[in-house]
Amino acid sequence: MKVLVCVTQSLEVSTYLEFTADGRDVDPAFVTALVNEADLCAVEEALVLVEHAGGGEVVLVSAGEGQAEEALRSALSLGPDRAVRAWADGVVLSDPRSVAAALMAVVESESPDLVLTGVQSSDTGAQSVGPALAAMWGVACVPVGRRLSASGSTLALEREFEGGIVERVEVDLPAVVTVQVGANTPRYGSFKDKMRAKKADIDRVEPSSLPPSRSTVARLGVAPTGAGRSLELIEGGPAAVAARIADLVREVQS
Amino acid sequence: MTRSLVLAEVVDGVLAPVTAQAVTAAASLGGDVVLAVITQEPQDLLEAASLVGVTEIVTVAAPGSDRDHEQALAAAAALVADIEPDQVLAGFTIRSSSYAAALGHLLDLGVVTDVIALRRDDSGSLVATRSIYDGRVHAEVELDASRPGLVLVRPSTWEAAEPGGSPSVRSLAVDIPEPRVRSVELVRPSGDVDLTRADVIFSVGRGVGGPENVAVFADVAAKFGAALGASRPIVDAGWLPASHQVGQTGTTVKPRLYVAFGISGALHHLAGMQNSQTIVVVNSDKNAPLFGHADVGAVEDIHDVVEQLNLLV
Repeated sequence: MKVLVCVTQSLEVSTYLEFTADGRDVDPAFVTALVNEADLCAVEEALVLVEHAGGGEVVLVSAGEGQAEEALRSALSLGPDRAVRAWADGVVLSDPRSVAAALMAVVESESPDLVLTGVQSSDTGAQSVGPALAAMWGVACVPVGRRLSASGSTLALEREFEGGIVERVEVDLPAVVTVQVGANTPRYGSFKDKMRAKKADIDRVEPSSLPPSRSTVARLGVAPTGAGRSLELIEGGPAAVAARIADLVREVQS
Repeated sequence: MTRSLVLAEVVDGVLAPVTAQAVTAAASLGGDVVLAVITQEPQDLLEAASLVGVTEIVTVAAPGSDRDHEQALAAAAALVADIEPDQVLAGFTIRSSSYAAALGHLLDLGVVTDVIALRRDDSGSLVATRSIYDGRVHAEVELDASRPGLVLVRPSTWEAAEPGGSPSVRSLAVDIPEPRVRSVELVRPSGDVDLTRADVIFSVGRGVGGPENVAVFADVAAKFGAALGASRPIVDAGWLPASHQVGQTGTTVKPRLYVAFGISGALHHLAGMQNSQTIVVVNSDKNAPLFGHADVGAVEDIHDVVEQLNLLV
């Protein structure tokens, strides 16, 4: 079984931050980049699926330049076989359609049985790349999935809805699944895997056709504090805090 | 004149609250608002769909369940072709985001999800605001005016349009494909909590430490007449059933008082509670992003605070 897993970096910004000169990005000095949490859950699902299938390959893909390579090396340290980076001038990383088109070039060259990715990136949370990629590939997409198991060319899994509702579904492969955050506990790779990840050759695939960008990030700004709320800090220790909470509860319930 | 198509969210045969909120967002742009209802028995929902601001209801009789996103995709594509809207709106929910980007690909639409504000700029382009990086940054996304835009609005962000409108009604026949995602079984969560109806919610996050401490907070919440909510990691760890989860893949809540204990405020949690009337945040980490969205905050150990709360019952 061959599973392709799409991973990306997710950015955390500091409490105080500044933007780049064009106003379209957070200044990198105020950013910490980590592999996206949900994508690591997708990698873990892929590794377990291939182990249970008794053989196969887990291949990672990320769209982008330097950050994509960092994401691939971090995720490789969990144990996937190899990694491919999708990039061409003209890929717009803030546009999920453009990212999906770039990833599609690797889907075409790898012909996997299954493509996994995280349900969303923790930083911008659009939940769009997986469904867009499935539509481009012409296969079914199961969003917000967990507990994947494959039997022959059928994949069984659970998909989540709001309020804790779970639907057990089946889908024929090939397919795309977006894996829920917290679906599993991603493993720590072995020392050997970590060393291998550092040195691994990462091939680059160049997407040949990209969709026109129909949405553009025009500008970023610091969010107004609490959407018009002003924070009143309670001093005076736990007893004072508890008293204030109890007062607020009584106000609501009176 | 501009024309908006709003795709109703149907859950268990009932119109979900986000539908009336999306109608308000669409009506704010002016022009016609067409509300599409895709479900097994559309006539049962006509009264609920007759919202003030809706000019026309278009129904699509669809045989599958409301969780069949391939059915929704086929119906939405046919609706866009028939109605030729300038923009399409729906709620940012699991049901909608399951097919929105696919619709964007099929029809070459600009797609923006999890939108918290919407306006048209001087050049006529639609500008959608997203809240990103744990709510610390607002991004303005401009949609290409040469193609319709598809906008998924964050639940509980716009006021709901009132019932009592008098739109015209027609139906549209759509060929619905066999679902490739086959439903085997639907499992509803055990648990008796309905967070959407609670006036007061006490919610616990990672900071609670362990399952034995969850019980302490559950006890105090019950004594104060508050419902017990939780952030995603608590539910993932199995310390509380999924019905307690507040956030994007849990329940979106808007109580009169929301007290967050040991919750840092990740994007998916924030989106589920930020429109609560009064927000209280207790966290020992003064840098927790959720403080930026609170009315009342305290940098304290939550275990000390809950102990004191217990003395006040």
